[in-house]
Amino acid sequence: MFAMRSGPMSRPRPPATRGSGPPAKRAAAGAWQDAVFERLTQGFALAVLATLGAILLVLFAAAWPALAAFGPAFFVTNVWNPVTGIFGGLAPIYGTLVTSAIALAIGVPVSFGIALFLTELCPSALKRPLGTAVELLAAIPSIIYGMWGLFVFAPWFADHVQPLAQATVGEVPVLGALFQGPPSGIGLMTAGVILSVMIIPYIASVMREVFDLVPPVLKESAYGLGATTWEVVWNVVLPYTRVGVVGGIMLGLGRALGETMAVTFVIGNAYKISAGLFNPGNSIASALANEFNEASDPVHRASLVALGLVLFVLTFVVLALSRLLIARLEKGEGGRA
Amino acid sequence: MGAERNAIYRRRVLVNRFNLLMSLGAMAFGMLFLFWILAVLFGNGVAALSPTLFSQPTPPPGSAGGLANAIAGSVAMVAVATLVGAPVGVLAGVYLAEFGAGSRFADATRFINDILLSAPSIVLGLVVYIAWVARVGHFSGWAGSAALGLIAIPVVVRTTENMLRLVPASLREAAVALGAPRWRVILQVTLRAVRGGVITGVLLAVARIAGETAPLLFTALNNQFWSTDMNGPMANLPVVIFQFAMSPYDDWQALAWAGALLITLAVLALNVLARTVFRQDIH
Amino acid sequence: MNAEIPIARPAVAHRDDAPAAPKMSIRHLDFHYGAFHALKDVSLDVGEKRVTAFIGPSGCGKSTLLRVLNRMYSLYPGQRASGEVLLNGSDILGPDVDLNLLRAKVGMVFQKPTPFPMSIRDNVAFGVSLYERLTAREMDERVEWALTKAALWNEVKDKLGQSGTALSGGQQQRLCIARAVAVQPEVVLFDEPTSALDPISTAKVEELIAELKSDYTIAIVTHNMQQAARVSDCTAYMYLGELIEFGETDELFLRPRRRETEDYITGRFG
Repeated sequence: MFAMRSGPMSRPRPPATRGSGPPAKRAAAGAWQDAVFERLTQGFALAVLATLGAILLVLFAAAWPALAAFGPAFFVTNVWNPVTGIFGGLAPIYGTLVTSAIALAIGVPVSFGIALFLTELCPSALKRPLGTAVELLAAIPSIIYGMWGLFVFAPWFADHVQPLAQATVGEVPVLGALFQGPPSGIGLMTAGVILSVMIIPYIASVMREVFDLVPPVLKESAYGLGATTWEVVWNVVLPYTRVGVVGGIMLGLGRALGETMAVTFVIGNAYKISAGLFNPGNSIASALANEFNEASDPVHRASLVALGLVLFVLTFVVLALSRLLIARLEKGEGGRA
Repeated sequence: MGAERNAIYRRRVLVNRFNLLMSLGAMAFGMLFLFWILAVLFGNGVAALSPTLFSQPTPPPGSAGGLANAIAGSVAMVAVATLVGAPVGVLAGVYLAEFGAGSRFADATRFINDILLSAPSIVLGLVVYIAWVARVGHFSGWAGSAALGLIAIPVVVRTTENMLRLVPASLREAAVALGAPRWRVILQVTLRAVRGGVITGVLLAVARIAGETAPLLFTALNNQFWSTDMNGPMANLPVVIFQFAMSPYDDWQALAWAGALLITLAVLALNVLARTVFRQDIH
Repeated sequence: MNAEIPIARPAVAHRDDAPAAPKMSIRHLDFHYGAFHALKDVSLDVGEKRVTAFIGPSGCGKSTLLRVLNRMYSLYPGQRASGEVLLNGSDILGPDVDLNLLRAKVGMVFQKPTPFPMSIRDNVAFGVSLYERLTAREMDERVEWALTKAALWNEVKDKLGQSGTALSGGQQQRLCIARAVAVQPEVVLFDEPTSALDPISTAKVEELIAELKSDYTIAIVTHNMQQAARVSDCTAYMYLGELIEFGETDELFLRPRRRETEDYITGRFG
């Protein structure tokens, strides 16, 4: 492409001429252009940096009326009354945390199993198609999960799984409390299960990627001692890759906390806190999606923004924690990834 | 002694078999959901497909209509967000990879970018609402694009930086050794060496924002009518799907399934394109 | 003339048929990677239109020295050089030196082939177009000239539009040499140019270096003592950042003046 540029200059010398020395025409290289280019790209990096500051500022300012009116009690009380104008966000905060916990409880072991399968068991011809299929789960827009959850999964869950669960583990003394609630298919448990399916591709992809990075010689030396496949994965591969695995799990957790549409369809939108996971509840994201456009009272609005701020800070904390954990793990291992 | 060793060994083999079986089960679990969701989506969506989807705007309940305004709105907002977000993201990524070595500013930016990357999309929509929609007093397509751009930029920054870091230092040095200024080295050699990866990053960002609903709820909202005015409320597929799916009307729900199918096909196509046509071509 | 140069430590071989005037003169050069002192008070001359080889065990600083000659180290913060390096009599270590212009005069060929992600023709044209405005025809001639110089023209003349990365390793390295030669530099630096190549390609590159000598001043870093003996006029033996011995290649290999040099070239090193 450069060669197509032509100018009226005379040929500096016949190309076949031997000889060194600078060609007759040497344009100044233009150090200032370099400086301009660096500043330009730096400016865009600065824009990214400034965006976060702006986001926090905007959220905090808009949430202030609620924070000022209710104080710290906003985060620990469970009232949500647009009529009296009293708000406390504990229920959606609880719902966000509980659904994410359910998602991790199901998603992490399943993702580990998928990664194990894809790296150790899968015939090589199927590796790519199956790996792509798992990643397709992440490509499906969240609203599709929501519709499928509402129209298909929730009724099926209510008819087949919930009664069965209540009749079996529901009868166990302590654990059973978790399985109380109307078997309607709508509630925290349904939202958590759907979330788990949504975060599996993220966690599984990361796990698979880092499992593939384990040097074959390391695995072979364990096999050489007579270890079984499971023992190699559990005792060699997993410890070797734990930094990456932690990163993947945190990535999934971040997704689960902030997911809106899939949860909104099935969580039930009830400001209730109960141990029974079959009960309807609410999450921060779905409270925002459902109410924000209809909220006309300024305090109601500010309270919703305050919930948004909580959600933002939650994902930030998850990210920071995962960084700390990873840094600590890496330090302990001399920095291998 | 021998019998004891055999017992230990048998136990180990059993544990191994059981766990590997569980891993097969995990794979089946994942595939089951994938095919279940796709089957439901195609089953409902294909039945509702018709040419009028692309020619008619969204109808009031009980009458016939299509999704033309929503499709156009989605395309317009995603296009604007990409056209603005991709260059910003690429240039910021270039800074982090090429000029940011050892600089605290770059480290901070990288961390902030990761925060933005994991920020819930609904919160970004909320921010655009407060900072923009509430100020001008009305929902708009521009505001929707802004919210989508906020989601796309960190994705592009991250992939661009990661890709550029894969370029071997020797390639950069070889261009510098010819007397090329840094900006030409970057634009003509290093960025070019990873253009497949950068394009993949942009396409994945487009795929991500194309299916986003939450940030549009508070920014573009919806518009029942055909509109090309980016400065007013604008229909878009995700929000139409959300409203129609939650409605009690059968024909609205059918349209929602058709829209869901369209949007999934578009997102899947973008993913396939990103992963196959523009596979990473590091030299 | 070597005797007149105030070189403190290294023993210098004397010869009556003294080499041409120095193209580059290195004077009391010290180099630091952060806290690590990589080059210690190195002084020597690189003769014009001659091949100067740098040998020594890994980590002796020979590549570092080469990367000072075109200021490649300036890309990386924390690396710094002090002393003097004169090119045509003027110091290139100063802060006001235009690095891009310097590098256009002092070309470099790397250890591993580094074809740019563009066509063979554009690979060669890239450097030229930075400093000269040529018509398409002139550029074609220049590209052919450079590829011919690099003994690659006959192999690629029918596929100039193909990607440079599709060539074999040896061809890629000769493409990189053509690319360096095309901008008509004054000095060409070779940093272990054949260590990634097979013996046949290595022989071709060595022939090329011998030919290029008639037009260019060449400095080559090599791991391979035989290679230094084959291609160079002068050889510098370095160890742990110091220049141990510098002189005519024949002298240095046949009659080394320092015990350390002898140990290294006879394989008793270490």
